[in-house]
Amino acid sequence: MLNYVLRRLLYAVPILIGVNLLTFLLFFVVNAPDDMARMQLGARRVTPEAIEKWKAERGYDLPLAWNSKEASLLGKAGRTIFAQKSAKLFVFDFGTSEDKRDIAAEIRQRMWPSLALAVPVFLVGLAVCISFALLLAFFRATYVDLWGVVLCVAMMSVSTLFYIIGGQYVASKLWHLVPISGYAGGLDAARFLVLPVVIGVISGVGSSSRWYRTLFLEEMGRDYVRTARAKGLAETAVMFRHVLKNAMIPILTGAVVVIPLLFLGSLLQESFFGIPGLGSYTIEAIQSQDFAVVRAMVFLGSVFYILGLILTDLSYTLVDPRVRLE
Amino acid sequence: MPVLLATDLLLWLLVAAAVAYAAYCRRHAHLALPWRRVFRSPAAMASAVVLAAFLAVGLLDSLHYRPRLEPKPGEPPAYATEVLSALDLALAHLRGRAEKTYSAPLATRSFAKEQVELPGGKQMRDYPRLRFGGAHLKSEADWADDVARRTLAGAGVSIALILLINVFVKRLKARSPDIPWHAAGAALNVLILLAGPAVALSTGYHVLGTDKVGQDVFYLALKSVRTSLAIGTLTTLVLLPVGIALGTMAGYFRGWVDDVIQYVYTTLNSIPGVLLIAASVLMMQVVIDRHPEWFSVAAQRADFRLLVLCAILGLTSWTSLARLLRGETLKLSQLEYIQAAHAFGVREARILSRHILPNVSHIVIIAMVMDFSGLVLAEAVLSYVGVGVDPTTNSFGTMINAARLEMSRDPVVWWALATAFSFMFALVLAANLFADAARDGFDPRVRV
Repeated sequence: MLNYVLRRLLYAVPILIGVNLLTFLLFFVVNAPDDMARMQLGARRVTPEAIEKWKAERGYDLPLAWNSKEASLLGKAGRTIFAQKSAKLFVFDFGTSEDKRDIAAEIRQRMWPSLALAVPVFLVGLAVCISFALLLAFFRATYVDLWGVVLCVAMMSVSTLFYIIGGQYVASKLWHLVPISGYAGGLDAARFLVLPVVIGVISGVGSSSRWYRTLFLEEMGRDYVRTARAKGLAETAVMFRHVLKNAMIPILTGAVVVIPLLFLGSLLQESFFGIPGLGSYTIEAIQSQDFAVVRAMVFLGSVFYILGLILTDLSYTLVDPRVRLE
Repeated sequence: MPVLLATDLLLWLLVAAAVAYAAYCRRHAHLALPWRRVFRSPAAMASAVVLAAFLAVGLLDSLHYRPRLEPKPGEPPAYATEVLSALDLALAHLRGRAEKTYSAPLATRSFAKEQVELPGGKQMRDYPRLRFGGAHLKSEADWADDVARRTLAGAGVSIALILLINVFVKRLKARSPDIPWHAAGAALNVLILLAGPAVALSTGYHVLGTDKVGQDVFYLALKSVRTSLAIGTLTTLVLLPVGIALGTMAGYFRGWVDDVIQYVYTTLNSIPGVLLIAASVLMMQVVIDRHPEWFSVAAQRADFRLLVLCAILGLTSWTSLARLLRGETLKLSQLEYIQAAHAFGVREARILSRHILPNVSHIVIIAMVMDFSGLVLAEAVLSYVGVGVDPTTNSFGTMINAARLEMSRDPVVWWALATAFSFMFALVLAANLFADAARDGFDPRVRV
């Protein structure tokens, strides 16, 4: 087991190098630091000196990948944009953003509001979707099932933006139940989080429930279910004790992948509801073209994704005794 | 002077390819069979009609030209820099009649108060009459009568059309009774019943109101359809070749080819989608800004950005298709008929194209129709984030983005948002229903 995890972690290294090279290509080769300076400075203030100053302040005045001016080999490779900006991500040194704030500190601080939103959405969403899917599977091939599936497809077809804008309008503006947006620390946060959590759950119900329903139905066609019924077990016992347990294997392993990504929060929800998490941080960075932050988030995102994949494999061994990791 | 934008060309090529594929399918029973299964589903027929209506609007909007300006005597004819489409020509009465600012659906007065001159020479703040909406009314007291008359006239024409169509539906049903023509007919009837009064009312009013700069919302929504269709279809055009080639090669050759391809798609997959798209779009934006000489008119630049967006979406989302195809090819390449082909000395490329590809084509078709709706929804989100289509391109995303802040007004400006969301919902729902039917029809596990 430990062996396996270690091997998977080693396997992650080339992937992270690939991600790093890709972002390096996108951010520094396709788009030279001069262009970035021009964009950040704005059309009016662009002079060659201003560009040089901007680059020097941020350490973009180095050569891209090979510094032939340096004497030592270490300097030749080290005093470059690649080493200073991209390779440092590997030791989680994210540098500073365009407004000269420490990105790592910012991330540590903004992680908590993101988690406060994403974890309830994940847990409540999972519970709601599983119960709804189980209900549909229980009433399979009846009108309840048919209209439930129609509802799922209709809910899938609605844009997330509609849920957010509509939810804000109805709950905050018409009924004055919760504040439209904003955030507060401590227990006060709950007031601000109720609506985003509800909307987050609703916008995910359609597709997940439909998928879980298919999983349940697939499981119900198996022989062991027929055996259980033949033994004379009640339908509820069959559903909960046999079908649910076995269908939980694909459901859980599918859900485990996203657990590490919860740290990154949700882009739309956070920016619409003004929650100061990592999602809104990313959107602000994209909109103000703060590439240092975008780079950091890309790297962090892929780290979490790989972590999620490893966790998925581990969770297989936990929930399904037939799977052994060798 | 006709103008051929890059996306126009690709969209029409895609239509030509679809027609050719349909003709090919007709002549080959084994290819036509799954499609026949698809169209035996009432939901598929109904949604196909709705999709066809959207497609007709989108394609009409893909015939671009630059209008000729009034020629001065003795000079060669000059053309406007503005690029119009056949849809603009058909909706000229909607395009030209811009108001000053917001106005509610079917309103005769503006949404915002203004200084108005009274007959006596005095001034007061009031809601001014619209320049075009209801301008033909002598007195506003006639408004209800006029609206009712136009609605009824439109509905009358619709009903006449519906009766005509139902005759055809009956004849079609007699010819091929196993296809649910009634579902298609019902969908068409609903569309016509909605379109008739809307068209009749649009001659005198802004049916769905006007937006911030006074443009007709109905017109904007119809113009946005093309962008959605372009993103939904052209993206798959980029995604398919990459996904098919890499997926089947990884599954067939195995070994280091498989390792490399798996490495590439795990790497791409590991970057959160929105971030990768955002980073690529931002970078392309810089490239576009740096090369103004590539584009002779502004529409071409906006169009190029749309094309780039499709390409980026395609290049970031081929991974799931490749993974599916890899798995299926792995399975297929173990089968006897492939080994027989090997034994006969058939070349690898030929095995891949003649023996593997046709047998994974159902996965490709399912993936293509399933991706469409997701891409249409993604466009709106990306436009909100600021990495979507060019701000001058009409799209549901730009419409939503422009209107979303107006929800905080009092009274609420709801019509632009409601229109964008309803059009999007209709398109995506139709696409989802059709995709479901297509999946059921093509899934090899389903045998009727």
